[in-house]
Amino acid sequence: MKDKDKDKLNNELTGLLVDEKEDRSIRARLWYLWRLLWRDKAGLIGLLVFLTIIFCAISATILAPHDPLKQDLYASRQPPAWTEEGSSEHILGTDNLGRDIFSRIIYGSRVSIMVGFLGVSMAFTLGIMIGLIAGFKGGRTDNVIMTLTNMVLALPYLVFVVFIAAVLGRSLLNVVLIFGLTDIPIFVRVTRGEVLRLREEGYIEAAISIGQKTPAIIFKHIMPNLLGPLVTLATFEMSAMIFYEAGLGFLGLSVPPTVPSWGNMLAEGRQYLTVYPWMSIYPGLAIVITGFSMNLFGDWLRDALDPRLRRMKK
Amino acid sequence: MKPLLSVKNLSTRFDTFDGSVYAVNDVNFDLNPGETLAVVGESGSGKSVTMLSLLGLLSGSKEVTGSAFFSTAGLDMDLLAISKTELNRLRGNRISIIFQDALRSLNPVMTVGEQISESLLTHREREERNAEIKEEAGRLRGSKVSKAFQSTLRSFNPVMTVGEQISETLRTHKGYNRKSAYRRAIELLEMVGISQPDKRYYSYPHMFSGGMRQRAMIAIAISCTPDILIADEPTTALDVTIQAQIIDLTKRLQQELGMAVIWITHDLGVVAGLADRVMVMYGGTGVETAPVDRLYESPCHPYTAGLLGAIPNIAEDGGDRLISIEGAPPDLYQEPRHCQFAWRCPYVFERCWKEIPRGYTVSEGHVAKCFYDMQNNQPRTGVQNSG
Amino acid sequence: MDKLIRVENITKHFDLKSSFISLGSAAAVKAVDDISFDVYKNETLGLVGESGCGKSTLGRVILRLIEPTSGSVFYEDINVNLLKPEELRRFRTKMQIVFQDSYSSLNPRHKVGEIIAEPMTIHTDMSRREIRERILELLSLVGLKAGHASRFPHEFSGGQRQRINIARTLALYPSFIVCDEPISALDVSIQAQVVNLLKDLQKKLGITYLFIAHDLSMVKHISDRIAVMYLGKIMELATSRELFINPLHPYTQSLISAIPIPDPKKERLRKPIVLEGEVPSPVNPPSGCVFHTRCPVAGDLCSQEIPEYCEIGPNHFVSCHYAGERRAAEINYL
Repeated sequence: MKDKDKDKLNNELTGLLVDEKEDRSIRARLWYLWRLLWRDKAGLIGLLVFLTIIFCAISATILAPHDPLKQDLYASRQPPAWTEEGSSEHILGTDNLGRDIFSRIIYGSRVSIMVGFLGVSMAFTLGIMIGLIAGFKGGRTDNVIMTLTNMVLALPYLVFVVFIAAVLGRSLLNVVLIFGLTDIPIFVRVTRGEVLRLREEGYIEAAISIGQKTPAIIFKHIMPNLLGPLVTLATFEMSAMIFYEAGLGFLGLSVPPTVPSWGNMLAEGRQYLTVYPWMSIYPGLAIVITGFSMNLFGDWLRDALDPRLRRMKK
Repeated sequence: MKPLLSVKNLSTRFDTFDGSVYAVNDVNFDLNPGETLAVVGESGSGKSVTMLSLLGLLSGSKEVTGSAFFSTAGLDMDLLAISKTELNRLRGNRISIIFQDALRSLNPVMTVGEQISESLLTHREREERNAEIKEEAGRLRGSKVSKAFQSTLRSFNPVMTVGEQISETLRTHKGYNRKSAYRRAIELLEMVGISQPDKRYYSYPHMFSGGMRQRAMIAIAISCTPDILIADEPTTALDVTIQAQIIDLTKRLQQELGMAVIWITHDLGVVAGLADRVMVMYGGTGVETAPVDRLYESPCHPYTAGLLGAIPNIAEDGGDRLISIEGAPPDLYQEPRHCQFAWRCPYVFERCWKEIPRGYTVSEGHVAKCFYDMQNNQPRTGVQNSG
Repeated sequence: MDKLIRVENITKHFDLKSSFISLGSAAAVKAVDDISFDVYKNETLGLVGESGCGKSTLGRVILRLIEPTSGSVFYEDINVNLLKPEELRRFRTKMQIVFQDSYSSLNPRHKVGEIIAEPMTIHTDMSRREIRERILELLSLVGLKAGHASRFPHEFSGGQRQRINIARTLALYPSFIVCDEPISALDVSIQAQVVNLLKDLQKKLGITYLFIAHDLSMVKHISDRIAVMYLGKIMELATSRELFINPLHPYTQSLISAIPIPDPKKERLRKPIVLEGEVPSPVNPPSGCVFHTRCPVAGDLCSQEIPEYCEIGPNHFVSCHYAGERRAAEINYL
């Protein structure tokens, strides 16, 4: 029998022995998560805002009232709709080329979410792999990996990122690569730390004592316990990346100026800050709200995934 | 003689996310001056929470009801009714508490650490401690806590030297100045059998071994010559030979200082040589209270009898089975409506499921909360205690 | 009697971790120091000692969960220390361990059924049905219900979790089980349940136990023979009856005298030998007999010469210069 089959068997097997009285279905667990979320209103708000932003990014073409790239010099520098000079045509006003700010913010969310999501996915995957190797191999391998990791972490982060961005040039792919690579050390460190902690757990020793194979120990016993802290870390890192991407954009080092992104909008609005503040304020707000909501959500996730805090009531 | 401490109808309930935890339910006991009362029970029986409730050391969402009259020279007050400030003044001064050293993570009992003077506790630590108590209650349910909790609490502040911590207590409660506090601290360290006290004064807690830490803790506890010393499982984390040292020390100090001692433990063996009276706790209530000889000679509650049977007798050869109490402790999330031991009791009958036993006086000072007369193999009839 | 396990001159030193640039030679914790003994078939050998005496390390070295610094362990005629990794992995079915920490030794994310099935899926080609039946059999053997298989470990109390642990170790019919303080984290009434279970299983399945504990009274109840450890060495080894009637080593004598008796009248008459001081650091153990710093009857010889570990009576081993000559206390229980 192959290992995969055996695992499948294990799952089915326990399914056969289900105690009918107990309701431990997926629905019950979701209901529990929902109760946790409802109790922590901040986390709920965070999640809702975050979902809204993702929704905006996905359906930007439908949601945006205008083409974000369409210039209309006759309608340039219009203030938001609720001011005297504003028009209901452009809710948040227009920039110096007459582009609709609201539409640009909606489209800008695509860049932010893409950078955050892809960057984190990259750092997450590579970080776990390297961290597992460091934590499991130990000895010299561990020393080399950790020394490298610490060296990268010791570099002044922003200067480093700016340098790479300047060398590689402006494109979405480059930005994702920059964030993905520079964030790996953080995931490596956390993974390695968790692996070292988990290796001390009794059930790992128990698995060794019943003669379990090393790959099976990693995938059956260590990985599932790693996911909790790492997923939580990922949310925080994602919000950090969204911030940094905006920062790079502001410095003119992120995506090309033709692409609507929050950072680029900030950069363009900078010279008009005192005269036409709405050009910078609203993209700025979008950045703050996104980061804030993800931090709230991350806090909740950390609580929800911590087995110490998990207490299910029948 | 008026008891030093008279606890009546003490109940403590925690409100948690999962519902109410009925941790202590109607506990009654008296403590006379100079005597040793042992409180025996398993994890979650409410023995520690009882003491923490009396000292106002529980925080968070909880409700404590009942009364606890503390009367000694010039003092006569209800611990549960006085203000926090007044309680602060008593604690560490007239009533001291020593805890099990929280070095081991997996003891059968709650590891509650605490600076002797509560002012040293940061808010965060207090919250952690409370979380532990709740977790402990949860663990009892058997279904609540998924992981063994590791106590991060130490009974000492790790960044203060042991000597400073003793001086601190003296200065807080007795108004000692720096110099006299130092002198007294050295004296106390010597009293609890720590060699080279003048050097040890400047040691940090982690430099002490478990036994020495416990000695230092006792030094803090007796620094103000309290009327009551509450010892919460002080020897559970220690080795047998060290345990014998600490018990010896406590006995000696009790005689020298004439204080009353409440010794909380799960070990009936230790109790036999230590206590004058014993209260056995189960499911948050004192199920049997008796003078120590009476309790071991003729236990009147099936739980006490079971506990005694579960201890192997070293005077006999092994081979026979131990008497074990089948089943697991009660679910504290349920409000008690009948005898909490009914699920595991070999003598259970109809009445046990219908009402909560309030206690029968079996003989002088011997009260058992059980409807069944084990000696005569029949249900009890007489009048129950009023409360 | 047939020997099942033979422990020969096992020594385990843990090097204290030196920093990146180490100065001088690193110190070592001498956890286990040149220990030899046999475990007979179908017996329970108790291993007692205070915390830090190396008893848990010894248990793990025997199972080769920790590699010894020197010495070998034989299972019947197999030298366990010569097995290659893959051979060792397969061999593990013969020797099992029950851990002290029943909370951490079960993976919180696996259901009980999966936990018990794990050894079978690794080592056998049993069919689904066979595994299921075996799980039910094991559960009932340790006193749990069939329905418990689909629950998670955190839904059980300490005693029940220890039963799950035992069920897992039994899955592949081991002949030798190391019980590493299996009851010390449990409540008194639950301890008795688990001890009774272990005894019943031994009777039914003919298993050999190495029962590690710090509680001498419980060890006496369950063991046929008892070994007393102090600072990485065996001080005394005898049948449990002999050890309690006629303890020859002062350390054993003081340990026995320190056991509280659950009877106030006898307890008041008990005169325990309270040992002075605490266990010395295993990094730097005392010269000569490691116990001499706390020994109430130590003489000049004790700090200079290491006492030989020898058979002083039939099946009664002791390591003391004054074995039986100088008594720390009269012990009279019987």
